[in-house]
Amino acid sequence: MASMLHSLPGADDTYRVELPNGIVVLARANFNSPSVVISAYLYAGGLFDPDEKLGLADFVSSALMRGTHKRDFQKLYDELESVGASFGYNSGTHYAGFGGRSLVEDLPLLLDVMTDTLQNPAFPADQVEKLRAQMLTGLAIRAQDTSDMASLTFDELLYDGHPYSRSDEGWPETIQAITQDDLVEFHRKHYSPHGMVISIVGAVEPEKAVAEVEHMLGGWQNEVQDEALELPEFRPPAQTIQRHYSIPGKSQSDLVMGSYGPKRNDPEYLPATLGNNILGQFGMMGRIGDVVREQSGLAYYAYSQLSAGVGPGAWYVSAGVNPANLEKATELVKQELKRYVEEGISAEELADSQANYVGRLPLSLESNGGVAGALLNVERYGLGLDYYRQYPDLVRAVTVDEVLETARKYIDPERLVIATAGP
Amino acid sequence: MTEKIVQTALSNGMKVLLKEIHTAPLVSSWVWYRVGSRDEINGCTGISHWVEHMQFKGTPQFPASMLDKAISREGGMWNAMTYLDWTTYFETMPADRIDLGLRLEADRMVNSAFDEKEVGSERTVIIAEREGNENEPHFLLGEAVQGAAFRVHAYHHEVIGDMADLHSMTRDDLYRHYRTYYVPNNAVMAVAGDFDADQMLERIQELYEPIPAGSEPARLARPEPEQKGELRLAVEGPGETTYVQVCYRFPNASDPDFFPLTVLDSLLAGPSNLNMFGGGISNKTSRLYRALVDKELAVSLSGGSQATIDPFLYNISITIHPQRQPEEALAALDDEIKRIQDEPVDEDEIARAIKQARAIFAYGSENITNQAFWMGYAEMFADYNWFLTYLDTLTTVTPADVQRVAQQYLLPRSRVIGTYVPSGGEV
Repeated sequence: MASMLHSLPGADDTYRVELPNGIVVLARANFNSPSVVISAYLYAGGLFDPDEKLGLADFVSSALMRGTHKRDFQKLYDELESVGASFGYNSGTHYAGFGGRSLVEDLPLLLDVMTDTLQNPAFPADQVEKLRAQMLTGLAIRAQDTSDMASLTFDELLYDGHPYSRSDEGWPETIQAITQDDLVEFHRKHYSPHGMVISIVGAVEPEKAVAEVEHMLGGWQNEVQDEALELPEFRPPAQTIQRHYSIPGKSQSDLVMGSYGPKRNDPEYLPATLGNNILGQFGMMGRIGDVVREQSGLAYYAYSQLSAGVGPGAWYVSAGVNPANLEKATELVKQELKRYVEEGISAEELADSQANYVGRLPLSLESNGGVAGALLNVERYGLGLDYYRQYPDLVRAVTVDEVLETARKYIDPERLVIATAGP
Repeated sequence: MTEKIVQTALSNGMKVLLKEIHTAPLVSSWVWYRVGSRDEINGCTGISHWVEHMQFKGTPQFPASMLDKAISREGGMWNAMTYLDWTTYFETMPADRIDLGLRLEADRMVNSAFDEKEVGSERTVIIAEREGNENEPHFLLGEAVQGAAFRVHAYHHEVIGDMADLHSMTRDDLYRHYRTYYVPNNAVMAVAGDFDADQMLERIQELYEPIPAGSEPARLARPEPEQKGELRLAVEGPGETTYVQVCYRFPNASDPDFFPLTVLDSLLAGPSNLNMFGGGISNKTSRLYRALVDKELAVSLSGGSQATIDPFLYNISITIHPQRQPEEALAALDDEIKRIQDEPVDEDEIARAIKQARAIFAYGSENITNQAFWMGYAEMFADYNWFLTYLDTLTTVTPADVQRVAQQYLLPRSRVIGTYVPSGGEV
């Protein structure tokens, strides 16, 4: 049998190099399939967007694949698609992410497309307008999506006064306000080797993969990069706040309710996530799924989620319910949150949750994409290359009391944010 | 890497496929039943999917509360899916824990309780699932187009079923459906991963051979008569965005024309990704993307078919540009279809489609769950050999084949065009 420990990435089989220009490259071999994945990020997320041009970082990341000074849009995609490869960019709050996959014989092409689009985007005017129309249609579709609009409303309420309250995709008027010059300028200021992290996983020797990245990107310099932004202090809501976003004509409403949560690097992260597993994930969506779906038959999906990153996280329950049952579902969830912070969890529940976290590790790290994402996580949060080998012990060390203390720190059933969207 | 593959049948008629893959300490086990929405008569639409839900409600040996916890505790992933032709259940687990999955599936093949109260609470869950679907313009349009395309064949209704039937079906309807189709001689078991095939087969025999064969369930066979003219329909609903679906008749997966049509799809709308787990690729250099999206008649476009037992549909789905009319996009679509019917495609274009398919296959092979999925899935509409020879069969497709199937299948008189007309738009 293949050993579990060997299948997890560790310091002995992950190659990590920091290039002189600041790019960190991580590589791990997997010769089981003739394919390779690149996954990467840099500090160019929506935090840098001016309020009146929200969506700028997102616009830039999509526009990078619309043509460079060497290749136009069709040529870029013709080279990729002709060999069954893919490559693309996306943008979040803190980071722009990028990456792709190909057969290993086409890795040089993938790296070339990456280098070209990072360094030489042309932002051609006609492509910018096509992209704008596509983004505006995306926003029109979002405005009709009960789940998206409930989430956006939740963020606006929870993070009131904090940049996390803003939509990374922007709004129709802010997308309309963005000019071609804005795209050029944002790219010039924020796309830089400094702080960039690239992971490569697949059927290639790690040393060779790193050497190829160095060959392509090692000479890149961009000194005009803005300093990373400091996040302002976050203040959790002082009382329960509720808001409904009306979308007429829909047959189902979405509910998102909860509170804030720890940062990924906080010591409470593990107790919070193991507890959240019990609250609204484990088995068929944990206690929340049991009460809202299994016992009451109110929803097809009802679960809780902990979203933890660089800044203050969010800890919330999501459910899709018939508009007539919204109040009933909200009350059920509230009661369940109350029980969670008052009574905590049992030793048996924690043991189940821990076994689940440890046992599913090989599955989550099975594909090249899974490992590449894990390596980025290790770098982003300074977890150490042996993190996934130590992970089982870290998980097992969490106690019932820590889970309860963490729950009480973040969730107050009298100070909840309740966002709904629907008819 | 040598991968040992075993194909056999148990004494009760259950087909078993095993594939040793020793790349990660994981095993993925699937049980497939030859029953899906195509086996449902009016009044009982959605029954296969509802039965699938009831299979998570427990047996005397594995009560519901214990079932999901047991799998999760071992770090497993499990789920089930119901589709046109089949229903399937899988567990992917750490290799040394897969026995739980094997025992669970053997148990619920015969011993599910279908408790009256559980049927009641699941009824509202499934109604909620359908209401969630109805929030999506694509669902509303797709349901209308499919209904128009099939008047006789039971492919006419959505897998989730019609709301009227979700309200009226009873516990006894569900239980009868379960007992009729959930028999070993109507099942295929597919297991891939880190195990010894001889030992695995022995364990499967031990667990599944005691389950007696049932009478061979008859499958509904009401062939759809030939369509005699283009059908057009409209669905109105909220929003600002106009969507169009154009559906042509597509042959069943074991028809030789399936393969040239797969190449045709790749050229027109980009390669389809048939993997259940594992990524596909973009379609920005496909002929229809260039003609519709690059020309700003649409903002996105996709095309694809399904591998099915009976002829189903080739669906081209278009999101219309906010400043354009659906007729303009349809005219451009017709021009492209005429071009591929009139002018033979280049050999290079076919070679490109094959390379794309090869890459998508490689991505899918990173994942043990996906490899086990393919063994059973292929059995549902053809056999595993269909999958094993897929790439080789694609390489035999010629430019003349592609032109012939374009002329034969992409006909206005055998298509359905559906338009989602938004109430808030200016179109």
